[in-house]
Amino acid sequence: MTAPAIEDLLRELTPQVLGALVRRHGQFEGCEDAVQEAVLAATVQWTAEGVPDNPRGWLVAVASRRLIDQMRSDHARRERESAMAAEVVPEDVPDTDDTLVLLFLCCHPTLTAASQTALTLRAVGGLTTAEIARAFLVPEATMAARISRAKQRIKAAGSSFSLPDGAEREERLRVVLHVLYLIFNEGYTASSGSELHRADLAREAIRLARMVHAQLPEDGEVSGLLALMLLTHARQKARTTAAGDLVPLDEQDRTKWDRGLIDEGMELVKASLACPALGPYQLQAAIAATHADAAAAGETNWPQVHALYLILERISPNPMVTLNRAIALAETEGPPAGLALLSALDSDERMAGHHRLLSVRAHLLEKTGDTAAAYEHYRRAAKATASMAEQRYLESRASRLRP
Amino acid sequence: MKFLISMHINPAVLDALTDEEKAAIGAGHGKFIEALKNSGELITTQALADPSQAAVVSVRNGQPVVTDGPFLEAKEYLGGFYLIDCENKERAIELAAQIPDSAIEGLGVEVRQVMFADGLLEA
Repeated sequence: MTAPAIEDLLRELTPQVLGALVRRHGQFEGCEDAVQEAVLAATVQWTAEGVPDNPRGWLVAVASRRLIDQMRSDHARRERESAMAAEVVPEDVPDTDDTLVLLFLCCHPTLTAASQTALTLRAVGGLTTAEIARAFLVPEATMAARISRAKQRIKAAGSSFSLPDGAEREERLRVVLHVLYLIFNEGYTASSGSELHRADLAREAIRLARMVHAQLPEDGEVSGLLALMLLTHARQKARTTAAGDLVPLDEQDRTKWDRGLIDEGMELVKASLACPALGPYQLQAAIAATHADAAAAGETNWPQVHALYLILERISPNPMVTLNRAIALAETEGPPAGLALLSALDSDERMAGHHRLLSVRAHLLEKTGDTAAAYEHYRRAAKATASMAEQRYLESRASRLRP
Repeated sequence: MKFLISMHINPAVLDALTDEEKAAIGAGHGKFIEALKNSGELITTQALADPSQAAVVSVRNGQPVVTDGPFLEAKEYLGGFYLIDCENKERAIELAAQIPDSAIEGLGVEVRQVMFADGLLEA
C-alpha cells in the first residue's frame, strides 16, 4: 500500500478506533491521546513493514497498550495499584460506528468554535496536531494547548459517551453541521492571509460531511450541507487566476467547474428538497445548484435565486442573507431595487462598515452608472477586508473606475 | 482570527512608577502569558529594547544612511506586542483589556487584525 493510501486508511479508522477505546475504558481525553500515538506509530511501521491483516485491531491493541501504560505510570506516581492496568487487551473490536457520538462530543456546546473545529479534525478527522496547526497557520504548541484545553472542558462538563435524545440531539447536530461548515469555509476562503484556498481543509470538511451523511442519509440538512460543499468546491479551479487573483462568479470559466462534484451535489439537492422541512443548508445548496445549472452567467435563473433567498431570509434571518438577496433583486428588478434593499442594512450594527456591504453597494452603484460613488465604495471595501485576495480584487475594480 | 496587540509605552510614565508598580506590571504580563498559553491563543510575544537604542536606516542614492534614535519624535514608542489567534475581535479586545498597561494612564494598547503572515506560521 502506498503512503497516501495508508494515510487515508488511518484517517478512516481513527474515529472507529477511538470509539472502541472510549467504549471500553471511558476517559475520552486519555483515549484520544493514545489513539493519536497509535496512528503515528502505524504511519511509521505500516509504511516500512506493510499493513497488518486487521489494521483496526492492530490500532486498537496498540492504542490500548499506550493507554494502559499511561494509566500505569499515573498510578505508579500515586503509588496505587489498579485492576484496570492488569486488564488483558482483546484484539477483536465491537462493530459499532461511533463517528456520530465522537462528533457530538467534539462539538460540545461548552467549547469555542475554534476548539470544536480543532478537536473534530484531530479526533474524528485523524489529522495530527501539527497538520491542524499548519492548516490554521498557528504554531503547533498553540494548537496543542487548544486541543488539550478543549478535552479538559469536555471532561469537566461530564458528558457521557452516547448520542443525546430528541430535541437535544437535533440541537447538537446543528452544532456539528455548523462546525463542518466552518472547517469548509476556513479551507475555502481563508479569513486572513494571502492564500485564497486551503483546499485540504475544504476536502476534509467534505469527507467528514460524507461520514455524517452515511450515518444520517434521511436528514435533509445533512444532505443539504454536503451538497452545498460539493457545489461550492466544484468551482474551485475557476475561482482564481493562475496568479491567485479572485474571479467573481459571473466571470468564471464554467468549463473549469468540476462536473462530477456538481452532478453529485445536484442529486443530493433534489433528494433533500423532498424532505418535509427545509433548513438553511438545503436552501443554500439549492441556490448553489441554480447557479450550477446555468451554462453561462447570463442564463442564471435569477427569479429562482431571489425566491430561494427570500425563503432563507424568512426561516433564518441574517443580514448576510439580505445582502445576497439584494444582488439577486438587482438582477431581477434592476440595480436601484438592490440598492434600496441594502439601505435597510445600514442601521444593522453587524453590517455597518462591513466590507461585503461596501463591495456589494459598489458593485450595484457601478451598474447604475454612478462610477464616482462606486469607486469610493470599492476603495472603502478594499480597506475594510482582511483578505489579501479580496483586497487585490476590490482595488482592481476601483482602479478601473478611477476618476 | 489573528490579531496583533501592540503596547505603546511612554518612558517618562514608566520612570514615574514605583518599584512595586513596575513589579506588578511584570507579574501581570507573566500571568497573562500563562493564561494565553493554556487557552491555546498565544502565537508569540516579544518586548523591545529601549527606543534610545534604535537605529533608523534609509538608503539614498543607493547608499545606506544610519541615524540614531527612534524614527518618530514622540512621547510613546512601540514597546512590545502579543500576536494572538482568537475567536473574534471582541475576544481580542477582551484580552487586550487584561494587559496591565491598559489600566495605566499614558500607556497605549492597540488591537489590529493580521492580514498576511509568513515565516513563523508556515502553511
